[in-house]
Amino acid sequence: MNTIQEMFQVWSMLERMLAFVLLAPLLGGLIAGIDRRVSARFQGRYGPPVLQPFYDVLKLFRKERIIVNRFQNFTMVLFLIFTIFSGALFFAGADLLLTIFSLALAGTFFVLGGFCVGSPYSHLGAEREIIQQVAYEPMVILMAVGMYQVTGSFKVSVIAQYQSPLILYLPGVFAGFLYILTIKFRKSPFDLSMSHHAHQEIVRGMTTEFSGPTLALIEIAHWYENVMLLGMVYLFFAFNPWLGIGIALLTYLFEIFIDMNYARFKWQLTFGSSWLFTAVAGVSNIIVLGLMKI
Amino acid sequence: MMNALIFLILFPLFISLLALFLPRALPGRKVIGTIANAVLCAVPIYLLFATLDQGPSYFRLESGLINIGMLVLEVLIAAYIIYLSVRAKRYLPVILVVVQLVTMLGFEFSYGHSIQVEHSMFLDKFSIIMALIVGIIGSAICLYGFGYMPEYHEHHPEVKDRRNYFAFLMYLFLSAMFGIIFSNNLMWLFFFWEVTTLCSFLLIGYRDDKASRDSAFRALNMNLIGGVVFAFGIVILFVSSRTMELDKLLLLDQGVVLLPAVCFAFAGLAKSAQFPFSSWLTGAMVAPTPVSALLHSSTMVKAGVYLILRVSPVMENTVAAQMLTLIGGVSFLVTALIAISQSNAKKVLAYSTISNLGLIVACAGVNTDAAVWSALLLIIFHAVAKSLLFLCVGIIEYKLGSRDIEDMDFLIMRLPKLTAVMMIGMAGMFLAPFGMIISKFVTLKAFINTNPVMAIILAYGSAATIFFWTKWMGKIISIRHGETEVREHEVSNWEWTTLGILAVATVAVCIAFPFISFHVIDPYLMQLFNTVPVVDTFNILIVFVIMFGLLIILPLGLFYYAFINKDYKRVGTYLGGGNISNITYEGAMESSQPIQIKNYYLEKYFGEERLFYIGVFVSLTLIFIMFGVTAI
Amino acid sequence: MGWFKRSPWILHYNATSCNGCDIEVIVSLTPLYDLERFGIINTGNPKHADILAVTGSVNEKSRQVLINLYEQMPNPKVIVAVGLCAISGCVFQDCYNVMGGVDKVLPVDVYVPGCAARPESIIDGVLKACEILEEKYSQQKKIQSRLAKI
Repeated sequence: MNTIQEMFQVWSMLERMLAFVLLAPLLGGLIAGIDRRVSARFQGRYGPPVLQPFYDVLKLFRKERIIVNRFQNFTMVLFLIFTIFSGALFFAGADLLLTIFSLALAGTFFVLGGFCVGSPYSHLGAEREIIQQVAYEPMVILMAVGMYQVTGSFKVSVIAQYQSPLILYLPGVFAGFLYILTIKFRKSPFDLSMSHHAHQEIVRGMTTEFSGPTLALIEIAHWYENVMLLGMVYLFFAFNPWLGIGIALLTYLFEIFIDMNYARFKWQLTFGSSWLFTAVAGVSNIIVLGLMKI
Repeated sequence: MMNALIFLILFPLFISLLALFLPRALPGRKVIGTIANAVLCAVPIYLLFATLDQGPSYFRLESGLINIGMLVLEVLIAAYIIYLSVRAKRYLPVILVVVQLVTMLGFEFSYGHSIQVEHSMFLDKFSIIMALIVGIIGSAICLYGFGYMPEYHEHHPEVKDRRNYFAFLMYLFLSAMFGIIFSNNLMWLFFFWEVTTLCSFLLIGYRDDKASRDSAFRALNMNLIGGVVFAFGIVILFVSSRTMELDKLLLLDQGVVLLPAVCFAFAGLAKSAQFPFSSWLTGAMVAPTPVSALLHSSTMVKAGVYLILRVSPVMENTVAAQMLTLIGGVSFLVTALIAISQSNAKKVLAYSTISNLGLIVACAGVNTDAAVWSALLLIIFHAVAKSLLFLCVGIIEYKLGSRDIEDMDFLIMRLPKLTAVMMIGMAGMFLAPFGMIISKFVTLKAFINTNPVMAIILAYGSAATIFFWTKWMGKIISIRHGETEVREHEVSNWEWTTLGILAVATVAVCIAFPFISFHVIDPYLMQLFNTVPVVDTFNILIVFVIMFGLLIILPLGLFYYAFINKDYKRVGTYLGGGNISNITYEGAMESSQPIQIKNYYLEKYFGEERLFYIGVFVSLTLIFIMFGVTAI
Repeated sequence: MGWFKRSPWILHYNATSCNGCDIEVIVSLTPLYDLERFGIINTGNPKHADILAVTGSVNEKSRQVLINLYEQMPNPKVIVAVGLCAISGCVFQDCYNVMGGVDKVLPVDVYVPGCAARPESIIDGVLKACEILEEKYSQQKKIQSRLAKI
């Protein structure tokens, strides 16, 4: 029953970091493959093999490198490094806020890459990417705040071992987090800045000028990020590890469902609705918790 | 030790007089200036190391003659302001100055003989931090001025060349700043406070055209309102408790000194351009860049938060403190949002300054050990990074002929080194491993424990901060081939030196932050709270891993990509297949269209006009509550 | 392993097609034929694409665009000419403004006949193109290793 929590205690910090670095891309790629399969089934198609994302990435690594300028690939390398770093911090049980800040740093490098190439499509994608960042950032911070209010610590390791169910204290925060999770997973209706699979928006948005191995790096970073985000969902249900994992996977299924059922929003609606939803669900939850403490 | 303090106050004064009277043609002028600046840097550093393990020290000074001298000067300053205001047909400053003067003179004549001041000057860790900021950054900016001012007059032939007068005001201002941070006697503090008001008024009006006169008088009005309330505060304090000393203020019963403390905090709000006084700071951007950098980003506004942080312990656990926190919070959030909608680079910097000061004020209002810890760090990090950015914008303005962010496309192709320096400054302002984020991190923790509303404001505000910095950063680093007009060689060595000093300082402060925290800030907190905040050592370690990671990866990576030539195939950007060259595509009728890329400013959501007035009204209400509750 | 065979991404360009073949290309991506079964994705971006599917004959206007797109694709890359117009210009080949089939400007690897080309034959053509993609990659590697020896 509590094997996962025992794992947390038995494995040292470094072991957990290493496990994340090695296993997360496998898990992330697999989830992406299942995602494509399930999406296809939603549309009445057969869909690609489950291992398709790995085929794509391996193919991309074999493509020729073409560049617009010399520095564009460097930003994406930094993006990958800092995404892995923040994920590793998260699974090592470090400070949740620090994790969020370093994830934001990774996101900034990603955006700067989009700006750096000086292409109109990429630029537009980068602008939208910042708007998305701004749309989800308050809720992500508020999630950490809410968890701190309940457990009295920002440490992921402490939050993960908190015995009573966090979700009961933070239903609003969880709802808000679900909302912005759609942005983070780059799913419709919020996949404005760069789109996945067969969706198309402003050509390929952010990634228009990135091809071959660099595109593969972006894809891998995305896998790492997804696993980390599912880890955050897990935290809400950490009192029962199996339930936590189950809910995390269900959440992903739910996001696919949303993805299949919505057309893309305009950035105005994305931004406005995210902040509003954060204010209604997240902020009210935080204030209620604050009042309860007093 | 006392001699060093007096030296720091009098030496810039001496230099300023020298600057005013030495003929401009004198060849050694700039050498003298450089030496003077080096001295101004060295003495605060000496103070830091000389008092490393010491607690605060207080100094007795025969103040009879000095007091009279100050009184005379105060009357002269008042007369000068009245003269200028009447000449410009503006009467609000006249009324304010008269009210202030009558208050002070009346006070002096009715109570002057009974004022007993034990220690006129003092030196503690907070003063040393401020002295370092004023000394190092202030003199670096003056150095920059040597290169900047000739160019300024080249570009603005309509402005009368009063360079001597300009240098005089700059150094006079430094002198007054040192006065503010070393004075324990509130009368002295008030005197220096008024000198900074006068200096900023004259410097903003340096151009002497309509726009700058308007801005100068607006700044004067608002600072004078603060000054009048400051004077009231002094009178009330003395009448109720017979004290005139800053350190004694903290020891007195809260009920007695609360009202004067609120008055001082109000004066601090005006000086640090918090809502509802923010408009003077954004207006002050008409002044030459060194003025903006010195007065309105790194030093003068810091005097405001300095005073607030000094008196905030008095207001502990009162409604007034909560209101102060909220005013800071409102200023932080609203100005961060407004900054999104601005495309004028200097205005973005001005709004982000107000925003950061708002955070400091909010920390002062919360007034726990962790909050004050992060407030002090914010003061340091902000001063270094922001002055660097201001100076960069000053250079860009003349090289590109515009201070609009939209014109800074492909800056990295045109001014590569300057862009690199600017990136350091911007990263220092908001990116993860640099100091600003460390303090925001601690601030957030401090806020959650006391006031969850502030945590929410911080969450939204930092999102907005990310927005306007990232899009600006993206603008300047976009690369386009064919843009080869490098204009960097025209930047003078004075300016390069300053930028170099400040860029190194930005990185150094971040690396040295455990030292600063342990040896400077913690002793101050011990003196104030008898505790120091426990910052998780593991977190600091992680932050350092990121920082060193960046410091190693970034230069190495850039070197790798810039100099090791790989024969990767170069293609143009994707333009729907219609490329003619990398930067043009084929339009209708076989015309060649250049690509143009612009940023979003989200005017509809974050328009300046709407948000600004919301901020003013909310904060006015909060101020009325603050005074009302305190008075009752 | 043949990774190219498992994940070929298509860029579709309409040179001067009457839209007949275009519709058929899109149809093969719809649920009925479901090209994604083979990992095939229709991308809008030459920099991500492995296969350039061209419909319609080439004229003066589309010639440069076609070359630009081809230039911006990273190696290895394959061109599929879909439909009779793309193969030879079909009934338009004598028009004063038509240059002819795609192979007048670019090296075409697979010809998919039909007016309009049927989805089945398009899928068949694309899968043929995948084989050629693999072949090109192995050739490219051989050349590289030879160059490295020199």
